[in-house]
Amino acid sequence: MEKVLMKGNEALAEAAIRAGCKCFFGYPITPQNEIGAYLAKRMPKTGGVFLQAESEIGAINMVYGCAGSGVRCMTSSSSPGISLKTEGISYIAGADLPCVIVNVQRGGPGLGSIQPSQADYWQSTRAIGHGDIRVPVLAPSSVQEMVDMTKKAFSIAEEYLTPVMILADGVLGQMMEPVSFDNFEESDARVSEPPWAASGHGFSRPHNIINSLYLEPIELENVIKERFERYEKIKEKETGAVYEKDAEIVVVAYGSTARVVRSAVDMARENGINAGGFRPLTLFPFPEKQLRDACKNARKVLVVEMSMGQMVDDVKLALECKLPVEFFGRTGGFVPNPEEIFNKITEIKEGL
Amino acid sequence: MPDFTRPKALIDIPTHYCPGCTHGIIHRLVAEVIDEMGIEGDTIGVCPVGCSVLEYFYFGCDMMQASHGRSPAVATGIKRAHPDKFVFTYQGDGDLAAIGTGETVHAAARGENITIIFVNNTTYGMTGGQMAPTTLPGQITQTTPYGRNIKTEGYPIRICEMLSQLDGVAYAERTSVHDPKSVLATKKAIRKGFEVQKNKQGFSIIEILSTCPTNWGMSPMKAIERLKSDMLPYYPLGIYKEAGI
Amino acid sequence: MNNIKKAINILIAGFGGQGILFTGKLLAEMGLIEGKEVTWMPSYGPAMRGGTCNCSVCVSDTPIGSPVVLKPDLLIVMNTPSYDKFISDIKPGGMALVDSSLVNSETKVPDGVVRFDIPAAKLAVENELQGMANIIMLGKLLKETKSSTLEVAEKALKKIITQSKEHLIALNMKAIRIGYNY
Repeated sequence: MEKVLMKGNEALAEAAIRAGCKCFFGYPITPQNEIGAYLAKRMPKTGGVFLQAESEIGAINMVYGCAGSGVRCMTSSSSPGISLKTEGISYIAGADLPCVIVNVQRGGPGLGSIQPSQADYWQSTRAIGHGDIRVPVLAPSSVQEMVDMTKKAFSIAEEYLTPVMILADGVLGQMMEPVSFDNFEESDARVSEPPWAASGHGFSRPHNIINSLYLEPIELENVIKERFERYEKIKEKETGAVYEKDAEIVVVAYGSTARVVRSAVDMARENGINAGGFRPLTLFPFPEKQLRDACKNARKVLVVEMSMGQMVDDVKLALECKLPVEFFGRTGGFVPNPEEIFNKITEIKEGL
Repeated sequence: MPDFTRPKALIDIPTHYCPGCTHGIIHRLVAEVIDEMGIEGDTIGVCPVGCSVLEYFYFGCDMMQASHGRSPAVATGIKRAHPDKFVFTYQGDGDLAAIGTGETVHAAARGENITIIFVNNTTYGMTGGQMAPTTLPGQITQTTPYGRNIKTEGYPIRICEMLSQLDGVAYAERTSVHDPKSVLATKKAIRKGFEVQKNKQGFSIIEILSTCPTNWGMSPMKAIERLKSDMLPYYPLGIYKEAGI
Repeated sequence: MNNIKKAINILIAGFGGQGILFTGKLLAEMGLIEGKEVTWMPSYGPAMRGGTCNCSVCVSDTPIGSPVVLKPDLLIVMNTPSYDKFISDIKPGGMALVDSSLVNSETKVPDGVVRFDIPAAKLAVENELQGMANIIMLGKLLKETKSSTLEVAEKALKKIITQSKEHLIALNMKAIRIGYNY
């Protein structure tokens, strides 16, 4: 099929429909509004549901109800709105329900800015809700990946019974790139209802309960331990990264920042510096093995983010602090430019 | 006269409710209506946070437990995915009229085709009897030890009166369970709520005045007396909204 | 746009309502038709400055890094504030395409940058093509850069103009030709 030029937000929305998403619940917030607008137009024509909720809290709880009744669904928002959703995300994770949550990040804290940012790394990977939970986080870096990872997100959500987050940013949401939907098939729409769904037992099975409350500590502990075993499986099977081997200076970045890093690393190589890029495709699980592999011959690691350096901890943990890790970032809504990253790489090279 | 037996839609296990609590009566009325309409297999109930948080153990239909106040949003998600199923929420006054006011008002405004069973006992029961949005002026609670002072704590919310102003509300009635007559009237109102939903007429809410002997610090009989003497004047019973069928 | 170099970064700037974003989309679509890698990024990002509207388009033979153009090879500019703002950002060897009926500035183009003028807004009014100065500029661009052809432009227009507005394709082509033949 030929490629079409689409905005990241719209491409993601189209991908959700093609992945069999039947219901979308959301609340307006920049810079992700094209997702809701696109689905408001398209969902009624594909037999699906678009509903603008009264708040992000309302939206995530509608997702909880819909997912609990066994229907594939999604919500999207941007940073301040995700903060509001975290309560609901915790309940969804606690009830083992599959759904997809999109965060098209903007600057924070507070109302912050509407410009692109990556300052929700900690929130996404560490504190996406109260309690003992992790949520798989996928990090697209192009409009095509907005599409491919949406499909992937639904499949991870349903295989491991967990909410899955797509962590994009304002650049990826707003930019247009050619995109193909060849990756989708008719079978991507779920046909049968899952056996655990609360959708009316029809007198044909015991009643199903969707719940995250366990008054007996031993019950709750067992449920959480089982869930963490699933996280281990996700780590084994779903962790991903794209990288070059044998670089002397490894530059780690995800999302739209990784694109800028790509240009900067190319500039460095043209200038005879043995730099290489490392791009995590998943932020939880963090691609630890892959990073160690990329860093076999590295002397220094540089992390680049649109934040004050929230991914640095994960990089250091993955490398067990065996290599010096430096950071370069812009925050507040700035996208770093290739030259400033190139300068930083050069500076590191000179200090080796 | 038919035998007085357990409704099929109630599971045969003891509940955790305090002696004299009216939740048991209201659970039974909901279950009787579900039985009589023959809809247990097509019904999904949403439990609140509050005393009835564990009702998923008691109702035989599929159940979903919501976070505090969010039941109307959760019910919306279920109903939009399954428009032909019956969806009800069962909420207390703190859940529905304080932390969940936004979800309640907007589900009502959308005319969401769900039925809300709203149990108003003027206090937070599960957490130990704090002031609720429906706590009466002067009422002593754990957090209004000198009585609710309208100058500092403001006024109680009359939910049926408030929601009846919204076009999306098809049916709003306030009932009580303080005597056999009011119990029968409550059942009739619950049935009406489910019928409204069956006819796809929109949002229905049945507010049921209820007692909390434990947190009111009264015997069950005294609590019934208080409901009659203090609550009925402030919360008049009756139909506040009824769309034509 | 392979006749210039293997990657070209374009910044289009003016006021909102001048069709800045549409011009960008048309250029990106033309790149796509020619089998290039393309990105389009509206003035939503950090490039949004001072109430002007602008849009970054990258066209390349190789995968594109940052879609945000800070140092354009080509600046298409349709108002004075944008001219003053961006003219010194153009890369050496680059080009400025200026709507001379709208831009009135003392600022000189940097050394090594070529400037082409066209009174596009005025031409649009004279030819009853109000609101199509941006497309006239694009015609001029095609002529001066030989980066693509009128045929590709027409194909791209057919792709991005919805069927209900099909009559606009001919008007757009008329505008492109005016710019091309100026």
